[in-house]
Amino acid sequence: MKALENVEYKATSNACKLCSPLGASLVFRGIEKSVPLLHGSQGCSTYIRRYLISHFNEPVDIASSNFTEETAVFGGSANLILAVQNIIKQYDPKFIGVATTCLSETIGDDVPMILSDYHKKNSGTKSPLIVSVSTPSYSGTHIDGFHGAVKAAVNSISAKEDLEAKHINLFPGMLSPADYRHIKEIFKDFGADHVMLPDYSQTLDGPLWSEYQKIPEGGTSIKQIISMGSAVASIEFGRILAEDESAGKLLQNRFKVPCHSLGLPIGVNETDVFFDAISKITGKPVPEKYIGERGRLIDSYVDGHKYVFEARAVVYGEEDLVVGLASFLSEIGVIPVLCATGGKSGHLKNKLCQVVEDFESRGIVTLEGVDFVDIGDAAKKLSPDFLIGNSKGYKTARELNRPLIRVGFPIHDRMGGARILHIGYKGAQQLFDTISNTIIASRQDASPVGYTYM
Amino acid sequence: MATIAILKEREKQIYHKGEQAFDMTCEKKSLAGSVSQRACVFCGSRVVLYPIADALHLIHGPIGCASYTWDIRGALSSGPQLHRMSFSTDLKEKDIIFGGEKKLYGSLVRLIDKYSPNAAFVYATCIVGLIGDDVDSVCKRVSDEKGIPVLPVHSEGFKGTKKDGYKAACEAMAEIVGTGSTEGISPLSINIIGEFNIAGEAWTIQDYYERMGLEVVSVFTGDGRVERIKRSHGASLNVVQCSGSMTYLAEIMNKRYGIPYIRVSYFGIEDMSKALYDVAEHFEDHPSIMEKAQNIVREEIENIQPELKRYKKALSGKKAAVYVGGAFKVFSMIKALRSVGMDVVLAGSQTGNRDDYKLLREMCDDGTVIVDDANPLELSKYCIEKGADLFIGGVKERPIAYKLGIGFCDHNHERKLSLAGYSGMLNFAREVYSSVKSPVWKFAPGKKFS
Repeated sequence: MKALENVEYKATSNACKLCSPLGASLVFRGIEKSVPLLHGSQGCSTYIRRYLISHFNEPVDIASSNFTEETAVFGGSANLILAVQNIIKQYDPKFIGVATTCLSETIGDDVPMILSDYHKKNSGTKSPLIVSVSTPSYSGTHIDGFHGAVKAAVNSISAKEDLEAKHINLFPGMLSPADYRHIKEIFKDFGADHVMLPDYSQTLDGPLWSEYQKIPEGGTSIKQIISMGSAVASIEFGRILAEDESAGKLLQNRFKVPCHSLGLPIGVNETDVFFDAISKITGKPVPEKYIGERGRLIDSYVDGHKYVFEARAVVYGEEDLVVGLASFLSEIGVIPVLCATGGKSGHLKNKLCQVVEDFESRGIVTLEGVDFVDIGDAAKKLSPDFLIGNSKGYKTARELNRPLIRVGFPIHDRMGGARILHIGYKGAQQLFDTISNTIIASRQDASPVGYTYM
Repeated sequence: MATIAILKEREKQIYHKGEQAFDMTCEKKSLAGSVSQRACVFCGSRVVLYPIADALHLIHGPIGCASYTWDIRGALSSGPQLHRMSFSTDLKEKDIIFGGEKKLYGSLVRLIDKYSPNAAFVYATCIVGLIGDDVDSVCKRVSDEKGIPVLPVHSEGFKGTKKDGYKAACEAMAEIVGTGSTEGISPLSINIIGEFNIAGEAWTIQDYYERMGLEVVSVFTGDGRVERIKRSHGASLNVVQCSGSMTYLAEIMNKRYGIPYIRVSYFGIEDMSKALYDVAEHFEDHPSIMEKAQNIVREEIENIQPELKRYKKALSGKKAAVYVGGAFKVFSMIKALRSVGMDVVLAGSQTGNRDDYKLLREMCDDGTVIVDDANPLELSKYCIEKGADLFIGGVKERPIAYKLGIGFCDHNHERKLSLAGYSGMLNFAREVYSSVKSPVWKFAPGKKFS
């Protein structure tokens, strides 16, 4: 106990992050006919289900291998196999995505080996494809689990097929179902074939059912994931994404599929880069429709520039989203005075410098590995006009008495989290209108006469 | 219709009343891969202790357990709001290898210095049980240094079910009970146990008891305060609701301090009235208490009856499915639903025992399905087969109902609407009515089974 003296360890208070199995579960929900399985205690899958349900408002079935004390002592292989068998019996899936937890990782269960033994014993039977990813919750955040699961799927399935390359791979990262649908629309309008992984635009945002669907329709098919090894190119969103987490880089190294690493296409600048990349890869010009959207967006930028100019914003959330939002905010004249994240890649500031003009001279505060108490403390000194990020910043916004503009994940206190469009010219248009109107509303409410013309 | 088959190992946990002999299995660990709606030991501890508003609640483990339970309960406090913060030691790889004790100690000391709580609860999660941190001795040391109770809650997720978590929470609280002075406590006094002040429910209940002339010493744990818990052994009677979660504490207090306890429920007119009468009966030497209880029941029912009648007329003959955490709540739900004219076609719980299910069987009509530790496939299957118009459950059940075009009423610890007492019954009826009668269901593709 003597060793406990004089230590400066600090707790995390109101975390600005989630654990990695959540990210992996989300990816596995975006694969066709797939069931996610968490290898660990019952609570992990139940909590993650509950958390995802309140954002997406959709059934989220995530199985668990249900550890007991004996499992923790003697190993989880029997439970894992039993879970797989029961999932097959109940759900008849084509794909099972296994994500580990802190418990199974620490007792040292060799999940790939357990699954490979299972496959050997069951060869010849109609068995689903099972892909596993290591997601101990004491390592990284939900975004690491997300990228890890994408990479694991590509690593175990994608192949170089004997066919002429035609399509583009797209690794969009953790976006909303509305964003995914917009990406698909863009590729369609370009007349470009594409394969996007994951794709939970339908599986986590669908219509009512006349009968219960064990696994909702939609998602990237296994055939499509196999074909990712034969694409003409990959586009991967995410400036922070580390080399060893990148599915695009894996395909480049293994199958020579060139990888274009871009930022999240939020705002004109980053969306231009995305459209340029598709144009370059396909040799096709940007469709008229998007030239029109871009034109109207810029027209609105001009109409509203005075209202947003030098407004001060606190931006928080996943690192890539923070970079994307900061890029967009600075192109409309808003100063992202505080850019904060619970992640800890070590790259946030460096990447922000690439997208925010005069980053240094504007004195922008960048905080990594922080919680909402830290964010609140820092924000107090920066007198922001608004906060932009997920619902979890509500308490902080309320304390600061500033409006919160909800984007990203999770949105637990408003309708329509799954329908927020962040990307493309259309997404920027919605963000711009929301931000401008939030500022205008604040001024209108503060005015003694409550004017009726701007 | 897509066929939904029941897993063989689960068949005995489902009982069709009137169609088979009663031989129901329960209190089993959830079957791996069954997608159970249950949570874990940690969840059990966390929900019970959560409403103690002037205590520090520190979750010792990686970030997930704390993130997913941040401000999750609708448990209101009339004063401090510390319970609504989410504190975690946020263990990292290095801590897993070298142990998390230093981090726990440092976190506790800094948090206690910053927030000056009156007690601290330290929840040990899965990983802490595995790596073997000596949580007890760190807690003892910080308690000695800071002069407040610092209590370990052994809630490692894999060490049993949610019920074991309730027990761990009760054990931690039992350490505080009996450490305060009982001076000035009336002999006509009670503790309210197993009432978590969701949407202010404890205030409603406390008001009834006070109007009967009783002193409420402590509420476990709604709007909870450490000082009140310390002197709670001075009460003459423990009144236990949500018996699955907190009867254990009442038993400890009975053994240590000789305080008797009774079990009650505050949901629905019938059970609410019975609770007041049962408590009054305990104080039979003071007939004025029973008299006041009778007056309260009469007045309160008169107040809500006219509006209630309107809902009953609209809801008559509609069918409900009920699937909640504790079985005791299901009994009250069935009575409450019947009082607004509805029939229950599916009844189940996550943690019922054999006696609970026996009683459920007696209460239910023929054709009702009774299910233990169900999953989304089973719940949806029986909702459709039985033609439910309404589902009562928690957040995880909500999208199952909605996706199938069935009304839903939230009856778990996250709700913002008070459902206890007479005013709560009216809220409940109003909510059921507003969902079942909403015109939106006309757009549901599967509504033909209604």
